[in-house]
Amino acid sequence: MAAVAVIPEAAAGPAAATPRGGRVWRRLVLGLAALYFAVPMAVSFWFTVRTGDGGLSLAAYGRILSAPGFVPSLLLSLGLAAATITLVLLLTLPAMLAARLGAPRLGPLLEVIATLPLVVPPITYVVGIGTALRGGVDALAATPLWATLIAIQDERFPVVLVLAYVMLTLPFAHRSLDAGLRAIDVRTLVEAARNLGASWPHVLFRVIMPNLRPALAGASFLTLALVMGEYTVAALLGYQTFPVWIVTVSGNDGQLSVALSILSLLLIWSLLLTLSGAGRRRS
Amino acid sequence: MPLLTVVAVAFGIPVLTLLAGAFTVEDPATGTSTFGTANLSRSLQDPYLGTISSSVRLSAVVAVAGAVAGTILAQAVITSRFRALRETVLTFSGVLANFGGVPLAFVWIATLGNSGVVTTMLGLGSGVLYNFWGLALVYLYFSVPLMVLVVTPALDGLRPQWREAAYNSGATTWQFWRHVGVPVLAPALLGGVVLLFGGAFAAYATAAAMVGSTVPLVTLQIADALTGDVLVGYENIALALSLDMIVVALLVMAVYLPLQRRSSRWLR
Repeated sequence: MAAVAVIPEAAAGPAAATPRGGRVWRRLVLGLAALYFAVPMAVSFWFTVRTGDGGLSLAAYGRILSAPGFVPSLLLSLGLAAATITLVLLLTLPAMLAARLGAPRLGPLLEVIATLPLVVPPITYVVGIGTALRGGVDALAATPLWATLIAIQDERFPVVLVLAYVMLTLPFAHRSLDAGLRAIDVRTLVEAARNLGASWPHVLFRVIMPNLRPALAGASFLTLALVMGEYTVAALLGYQTFPVWIVTVSGNDGQLSVALSILSLLLIWSLLLTLSGAGRRRS
Repeated sequence: MPLLTVVAVAFGIPVLTLLAGAFTVEDPATGTSTFGTANLSRSLQDPYLGTISSSVRLSAVVAVAGAVAGTILAQAVITSRFRALRETVLTFSGVLANFGGVPLAFVWIATLGNSGVVTTMLGLGSGVLYNFWGLALVYLYFSVPLMVLVVTPALDGLRPQWREAAYNSGATTWQFWRHVGVPVLAPALLGGVVLLFGGAFAAYATAAAMVGSTVPLVTLQIADALTGDVLVGYENIALALSLDMIVVALLVMAVYLPLQRRSSRWLR
């Protein structure tokens, strides 16, 4: 999931005139596309509900709750997502506001920083993290930093994953907030509020944040979807997040893992649909 | 700036370690390490070169096929009379383009895997999915929607008036596409191809959950080197392979960003 794409807005004006004889191929194309995209989904659902003797049953979905490790891994992923969202917003929003208000030269720098994680594929990033952690533990064994290094790799809540996810989501958070900030006149809002006697925290929480609500929600949703679906980094660093757990479980029970996949998809899709719905209403 | 600090720590250290490791050659006999390019040159020889070229071929197939299919689909949707269809397809594309990783693999295993529903229904036998073309088919599931999203604004930019002007001047449909449509769309199309290539090249979770190691891919090779039985110096090969991947990704971005800027010129 390298590219979290954004849905283009509908163009104004009527659709282009139909060229002669275009209807047949259009139906053919749409039919083939519908087949290609719908069949795997429908068939997967069928796969999870059929039973050995030809009957139907939702037992595979019932087994999810009782499967060992389901609750801890889901909670871990949700916790990581919450921490990542908080951290990525805390880091990017003040920096981007500062770039707009006081230090315009920061803007291009932020853009470069936000593009960097796109250049490094997650698999190579995790190789770097793994090597750095191992090397760090050896090199810093005698110093107080050693305890920090061990602490951020805590199995119950690996801070190192949060840091990695902040990097992976940075481009998308930046893009979403940038679009939101572009739509409002930050400088005028801030100056007006300050002239009326508002304090800086008041300006931030009562003036800027409400105006940015769609952008903040968008950035949070994208981050949530990304963290809930991220496999590469967590698997290679050896943590049991939700997607990693799905793969672990798949060895024993094919139906269960497909049922889980469908459920996690529905979760992510409803998030993204809410997001695109919010985007539509704004525009 | 807290952001800069966090980026420096969480991003700078791993990348620098990666660079340092890729250029560090460990002597298995003495255990001393020296600075050199031996890892890099080994990572560009067999068997590692094979995985890189396999990855590149897979990504190229996915990128070209996805770009062609996505453009055709987008054009079919855009010229349709039903606006609801357009909204639906775009929304679904936005959702499916983000559909990668583990769930994608399992959905396809349930469909075309060895005991998949379609496999048994059509009696296809085993191993349909677990090869190069099976993986390409699965990657297209998120690549085609991504292409639809990328190319739709560009196709919208093709004004109906241009088409009418061309037809009124006596041009055929072929001539219109040859001299007007494709040249205007070229940056957007190429940009889409490059983007799809990058996405397929970096994908790991789907392949890992689906084919294991029956299809040699550079991402799988790196993961093996990292988690498997680590021989001395083998780990640094993984670092060198990672560096190779970053170089490819850098090339992808270097081509993509100017193209994107160029294509947006027509989209006002």
